[in-house]
Order: sequence, then C-alpha cells, then structure tokens
Amino acid sequence: MSGQNEHKTMTLKLIVWRQNGKNGPGRFETYTAREITEHHSFLEMLDVVNEDLIKEGKEPIIFDHDCREGICGVCSQVINGVPHGGQERTTVCQLHMRKFKDGDTIYIEPWRARAFPILKDLMVDRSALDTIIQAGGYTSAHTGGAPDANAIPIPKPDAEYSMDAAECIGCGACVAACPNGAAMLFTGAKVAQLAVLPQGKVEAKERARAMIKAMQECGFGNCTNHYECQAACPKGIHVKFIARLNREYIRALIG
Amino acid sequence: MNLNGKCPTGPIEKTWDKHRFDMKLVNPANKRKYKILVVGTGLAGASAAASLAELGYNVEAFCYQDSPRRAHSIAAQGGINASKNYPNDGDSIYRLFYDTVKGGDFRAREADVWRLAQVSSHIIDQCVAQGVPFARDYAGYLDNRSFGGAQVSRTFYARGQTGQQLLLGAYSALSRQIKAGMVKMFPRTEMLDLVLVDGEAKGITVRDLISGEIRCHVGDAVLLCTGGYVNVFYLSTMAMGASVTAIWKAYKKGAFFANPCYTQIHPTCIPQSGDYQSKLTLMSESLRNDGRCWVPKNRGDNRSPNDIPEEDRDYYLERKYPSFGNLAPRDIASRAAKEQCDDGRGVGPGGRGVYLDFRDSIARLGEETIRERYGNLFEMYERITDENGYKVPMRIYPAPHYAMGGLWVDYNLMSNIPGLFVLGEANFSVHGANRLGASALMQGLADGYFVIPYTVAHYLAQTKPGKAKEDHAECRKSIEDVKGSMKKLLSINGRRTVTELMRELGTLMWNNVGMARSKEGLTEVIMKIPGIREEFWQNLRVTGNGAQINQQLENAGRTADFLEFAELLCRDALHRNESCGGHFRVEYQYEDGEAKRDDKNYCYSAAWEFKGVDSEPELHKEPLEFKEVHLAVRSYK
Ligand SMILES: Cc1cc2nc3c(=O)[nH]c(=O)nc-3n(C[C@H](O)[C@H](O)[C@H](O)COP(=O)(O)OP(=O)(O)OC[C@H]3O[C@@H](n4cnc5c(N)ncnc54)[C@H](O)[C@@H]3O)c2cc1C
Ligand code: SF4
Ligand code: FES
Repeated sequence: MSGQNEHKTMTLKLIVWRQNGKNGPGRFETYTAREITEHHSFLEMLDVVNEDLIKEGKEPIIFDHDCREGICGVCSQVINGVPHGGQERTTVCQLHMRKFKDGDTIYIEPWRARAFPILKDLMVDRSALDTIIQAGGYTSAHTGGAPDANAIPIPKPDAEYSMDAAECIGCGACVAACPNGAAMLFTGAKVAQLAVLPQGKVEAKERARAMIKAMQECGFGNCTNHYECQAACPKGIHVKFIARLNREYIRALIG
Repeated sequence: MNLNGKCPTGPIEKTWDKHRFDMKLVNPANKRKYKILVVGTGLAGASAAASLAELGYNVEAFCYQDSPRRAHSIAAQGGINASKNYPNDGDSIYRLFYDTVKGGDFRAREADVWRLAQVSSHIIDQCVAQGVPFARDYAGYLDNRSFGGAQVSRTFYARGQTGQQLLLGAYSALSRQIKAGMVKMFPRTEMLDLVLVDGEAKGITVRDLISGEIRCHVGDAVLLCTGGYVNVFYLSTMAMGASVTAIWKAYKKGAFFANPCYTQIHPTCIPQSGDYQSKLTLMSESLRNDGRCWVPKNRGDNRSPNDIPEEDRDYYLERKYPSFGNLAPRDIASRAAKEQCDDGRGVGPGGRGVYLDFRDSIARLGEETIRERYGNLFEMYERITDENGYKVPMRIYPAPHYAMGGLWVDYNLMSNIPGLFVLGEANFSVHGANRLGASALMQGLADGYFVIPYTVAHYLAQTKPGKAKEDHAECRKSIEDVKGSMKKLLSINGRRTVTELMRELGTLMWNNVGMARSKEGLTEVIMKIPGIREEFWQNLRVTGNGAQINQQLENAGRTADFLEFAELLCRDALHRNESCGGHFRVEYQYEDGEAKRDDKNYCYSAAWEFKGVDSEPELHKEPLEFKEVHLAVRSYK
C-alpha cells in the first residue's frame, strides 16, 4: 500500500504571478514551499506558503478555490505554462504533489485571455462565461406544467452524448489554453447538450445564434482548430461539440 | 413558549392542496411592485429566484462565488429521490413520506414531509424539461438506483454528478431571468447582516468581495438559501467558503435557530491523510449499492486486504443489519464504522478507516459495469490516494457532511421574523435528526420551485411594497456595524492565522461533538470555546486591508461566527438527553449500541433564541405530533 513514505518531504521553488488589482502592474515573485508531502494537494501546498506569508506580515497569494474536489470549476491556475497543470482530466485542486519532485521549480500564473481580466494575483473575472449562458444556454421551460418525465423517451446514446457535453464545469481552461482566447469548447458543449435532446431541439438554432453573438461581444477570439482546448479541459470535453456548434450555427444562418 | 409550525390540519394527503387554496395570492399586475432578495443561489436559491422572477417579481440574488453555477450543490454526486414508482417496486408518495419520517428518527413535522414527497415527482419532470441529462435505460426511459434507508429504487441520477446537473438546470433557468432583466445577480457578494424594519425582514448588508464596498440592499422579503454549517468541524465535505454566517447574523437579529445539534456524518469519505489537510472528499453513498463494508475480524491484522481470507473478514453492516445490510442509513453506518475502529479493527493510517470492497460485484458484474456506474468516483479516489479501487478495496471513514438543523421555519418556510424565509439546507424543516441520501437535492428544489412561489405570495399579499429604503436608519446602522467589525478584525494584528484558530475549534468539535457526544465532553467544550474566541479577538492576524480582495478577512468573519455558533450547537446537544439520528449521546443507548430516543421528554424541535454572545440562549419548543407514522424504535435489522 502506498502512503507509507509520507515522512519524506519536498522543498519547491515557486515563481508566482502577483498583481495588485485589475490595472496594477504584475510581476513574478519567488517563494519557497517547505515540508510538502506527496499527499498535499497543489492548493494545500499553496496554503502552506500562504500561512508563512501571513506570519511574516505579508499578503498571501490570492487564488480562486471552493469545492476542492474538481467540480465547482472555480480553481484556475496555469502551472508551468499549462492550464490546470497538465494531469489528464484533473483540475488544479485535484492535482497532488506526488506529481512533482523535491527541488522542482514551478511557475504559477492566472488564466490569461482578453475576456478574463485579472482581478488580483491568480484570480480572474470569468463573468463573460455567464453572459454566454444568459444569451441562450437554456430551454425556456417555466416552472410548473412540465409533462411527465417519461413522456418522451430519449435514446440512451443521445442521453449519454448530452451528458458528455453537460460535464463542463465552466472553468475556462479551454479559453486560457487557446491561442485565440476562444470559448468555442465551452459554448459548443452547452449548445450540443441541449440540441441533442427533444426538450432542447425546439430552440436549437436561435440558441446557437445568440450564444455565438454573445461570445463575440464578450471579446473571445475565433476558433482556428488548434484543439488546445480539449487537451487542457479537466473534464475531457470533446472538440466534436465545436463541430456540432458550427452545424447548429450554420443552420441558424440559413434559416 | 411553545412554537406553532402552523401546519394545515385534516387528512394528510389533502394538506398541501388545501393550504395552497387557502393562501392569499398577489395579483399578476402587482407582482412587479415587489422586490425579493434571495441570498444564495444553490439548488434552493437558484430555483426560487428563477421561479419567482418567472412569476413577475423583481428579484435580486446574491452568492459569494464568482458565478451562481458554483454553489456547493454542484458537488452532490449520488442522486435525487422522487416517488415516481417507475420501477414498479412499490413506491408511492406515502412510502417516501414514511421512509423520510422514520429516516429522520421521528424528529420532523409530518405535514412538511408529506408535501416534500408529494411534489417530488414534479421536480423530475421540471428538470427533464430543462434538459437535465438523467441516466436512462436502453428503452430511453429514466433509470433509478437505490440509496440508504429505502428498500425501493427511487433515486434518479446523472452519472456521479447529479447535483451538478440539477444545479446547472436551475442556473440556466436563473440565467434566462437575468437576461430578461427580472433578476439582478450579485456574485462575489457576501451577506454580513440582516436588516429589520419594524420587526420585519426588509434588507441585507453585504460586502462586495472585489471592491470591499459595504452596502445595504432592501426588498419586501428576504430568502436565505445559504446552505449548511458543518464547516464548524473545520474538516468536512463542504466547500471551503461554506459558513454559518448568513443564518447566524439572522439568529442574532432574532430568528430562532432549530436543532443545531442535528449534524450528519457521512459514512463514505476518503480518510484524512495529514494535518495540512484542508477538506475531506465524499465518495457517493451510491457506492454502497455494490461495495461491501468490512474490517478484519482480528485486531492488528495488518495483512494487505486482498490477502485476508473470507473467514477473517467482518462484514459488519451485513452482520448487524441483515435486512438493509450495506444500505443502512448514514447515521447508523457511520457509527458502525466508528465502533469497529474504536474496537481497534480499523485500517490504514491511525486505524481510522474501513474497507469498501468491490471484489464481489466486479466478479458478478464485471469491471466494465462497475466502471460505467462509478468510474468518476474511482478516478477521484485514485487521484487523491494513489490507489486503484478496482484492485484494492477503498478505504473510507465518516466525515461531517450535512446539517439537518438550521433556522426554524413554519410550514410556509417563514422564520419567526415576518418576511424572512429560509430554504434548502439552511432551514431545519424536513429531515428531522437524520437525512436520508438523495433527499437534500429533492428538498432544495421542492422549496425553490414548488413551495416558496406560493408561500411568499401569502406574506406579500399582506404587506405594502417598498416599505424600506436604502437610507433607512436601520440600514445605516447595519452598515456601520459591519464596517466596525471589519475594522476590528483588521486591527488586532496578533500572531495567529485564521486557519490555525479555525482548525483548533474544528478539532475540538470533531473530537467531542462529532459522531458521539457525552455530557462531560460537551460541558468541557462549552467551557473551552470562549477561550478560543478570546484568543481570536486578541491574537488574530489578518494582513492587507478591507478595500480590496482579501480572502483572509472573509475567512476571519466566517470563523468569528463559527466561534459563537459552535457553542450553541454544543448547548443544544447537551440539553437533548437522548440519542436520535445524527445526535448520539453515549449515555443513551441500548445494550447493542443502538440509539435510545426519549419520546416522552424530547419529542419536540428545539428552537433557540439569541440573548447575547456571552449569555445563555432561550429555548422554545415546538412539540411534534405523529398521526400517520407511529412513533416506534427505528430499526433497520
Ligand atoms: C459532497 C456532497 C455530496 C452530496 N451528495 C448529495 C446527493 O447525492 N443527494 C442529495 O440529495 N444531497 C447531496 N448532498 C447534499 C446537498 O448537495 C446539499 O444539501 C444541497 O445541495 C444544499 O443546497 P442549498 O441550495 O441549500 O445550498 P448550497 O448549494 O450550499 O448553496 C448555498 C448558496 O449560498 C451562498 N451563500 C452562503 N453564504 C452566503 C453569504 N453569507 N452571503 C451570500 N451568499 C452566501 C453560496 O454562495 C451558495 O450560492 C451532498 C452534499 C455534499 C457536500
Ligand atoms: S469545456 Fe472544459 S476547459 Fe472549457 S470551461 Fe468546460 S470544463 Fe473548463
Ligand atoms: S476548487 Fe472547485 S473545481 Fe477546483
């Protein structure tokens, strides 16, 4: 069983982006993380560094985090140039220090994209993703009056396809990874999730049109098929959903 | 004083329909004159905000995360109950009602539970209409699984991410109303005080977590949908930002706090691995459909689990509870795990763990089927522990998970403060002393979609809109109070960090008030808490200032409230001289270790009234009557 060599600890050098407020100039600062075990999560390692900073009377590194179990989608750090740190299907909060070794140097930066202004240090403003959903990421079903849930059978493959798309946690890593800062994977996932279901089909065209428009207005770039988004996505959202988005969009354009 | 929940009377199956007819309505043209403040946008808050906005009310909604999509409801894995009886296995509204009353160890109101069971079916309909991709069978119909405390399959699920999908459904409905201009959403905004005008809830004071601005919002009613408080144990399955703050501030303004000692310890969590640990991770209870819990029969047996033969294993849940087996309810399963570990037969570091073994179900169904059912949970387990659950049994241990207690509300979900409504985990209503799995999601959505739209109208119909303005003296005073306490936190300039102090409180609470409680332990904790509180206010260190993002300041405020609240939780536990559900007092147990309820003296909800931080709160009782489900010893044998 593992977990027996927990007395071995690591010392790491961190090079972290610090930025005081939206418009403040940013800079890299160097810190040392001491007595880190393989069982520390990446964020728990940062907690250790922050506790030291506070005790020295300095301001701790600000970063977004909440559920710490890979589902709320709020954690967002670029580690050594890779959003979420590069472990397959893993958010930063689920990354564990056993992936690093004693003496490593680790670069930590915020998401960088035109549509995500930095608020402080590693924390960014992702409200643009909410704006995209508000433009049409729903069915217009009012509360009450829905028919029995089994009234319309949905083929299992369609339900599975929909769920594959619905797993998106809205973290924005796809945007941060994209050289153009596009939000196509995020938007495509929502459009595809709903378009494949009978309940969502009704508004599919209008939804694609409205969400793409919102995407452009929010300052996201265009997709030029780099597929960096899929590689960075902690939920393994597939680029086929971008194709689906394009299909729905074209349908919307030709009426 | 005896409290009255104002439940409708008459045959239980008619209560909600009759009540809906008896309540007053707000005429459609008048709805837009009212503004409703919704604090929290988890399942309860998002569903409420969306439904009320659809009806035409003006809504302002608040959450501390950067988006309503991230409320902790998102973390719920296993599923949501409904009495659809699709599998034809004998479910009905009555059975769901019965299971919930019994599951709660007879400490909830019958009428509230009935309503929950009655509307449960509509929730599933509503979610499907929103495009929630629930699991389906090959015929295209909805699939069900079983959860603890029930002998029927009534749990709907979306892989291991049911809460996520339900929340995204409610969030999408909310987003539609934001776009329509009916809801104004304030993310990264934390409520730090409740404002009363002439004794009614008319506003909240909040801090903008980005700019640090402290301001007041006023409305005609306030809905608190702010989730649970088990972060009082420091380590729990809750999100890092989850706190008691919103309901604690309301308590300090006069709202009664009911049954704070009813906390749920979830049996299947990944054991703690070190002191640096910041939170605990749940492994869905649904795993107990196919996993078997066991410990070695003999103490000190440190063979690797796969080398321990059948005859040396103790499948303790199957042994103790043959008819429910591994699906015994949570309180019972957690205590059983603790018992085995206390007996020296626990496994893993410190002997605080039991095995959850999939060997037999993998042999029966194949690894592929198990992967299909729980793949994401096995992956999560491996990421955290570096162990492969398909090959080696998982190690699990109970962890604080859910709060049955919360602000006291009547049948209309209104607290004793007129205009203050409380929904979801933040209230105390339907789960009694123990919640059954897959019932919290059901409750949150029932409250938000199907109860509050009716009951809030009944209150609003009797009040004039726009009674309070932002510059009301009460608002100004509240803003000054909040600013004052921020300033105080920033100026202590001591030597201890917020995390250190919160960990100290949490450890004390977990060791003495966690899974088992005693008079001595509780008395000792009640004596020690004021000391930690004093240390906090004398020796805390928060760097930075209040006019910017300052996560330590946020945590300091939340910790200050936990330091007061913890004492109330202990007092409630000390006063309840019985064991029931999640509240286990070692003095009150049967010879076989089962909980011993005392219906003669404690068949009531305990609602506490604030009397000052350093004074004892006043107890009010709401007697509970059981007309449908007869009070009986709760047995799962
Ligand atoms: C890991 C885990 C798994 C679970 N699995 C299941 C399951 O399978 N089935 C089931 O039925 N239940 C499950 N539960 C329980 C269930 O998820 C919760 O009880 C339920 O989702 C709570 O919903 P809520 O809307 O009341 O609160 P939450 O979803 O917690 O939302 C609270 C909201 O209040 C806001 N808030 C809090 N304080 C403030 C403040 N001071 N100011 C402003 N905003 C504030 C937050 O921002 C958030 O929006 C699980 C819980 C956990 C932790
Ligand atoms: S598609 Fe993937 S990377 Fe993009 S927001 Fe969703 S989960 Fe994050
Ligand atoms: S903190 Fe929630 S996904 Fe990482």
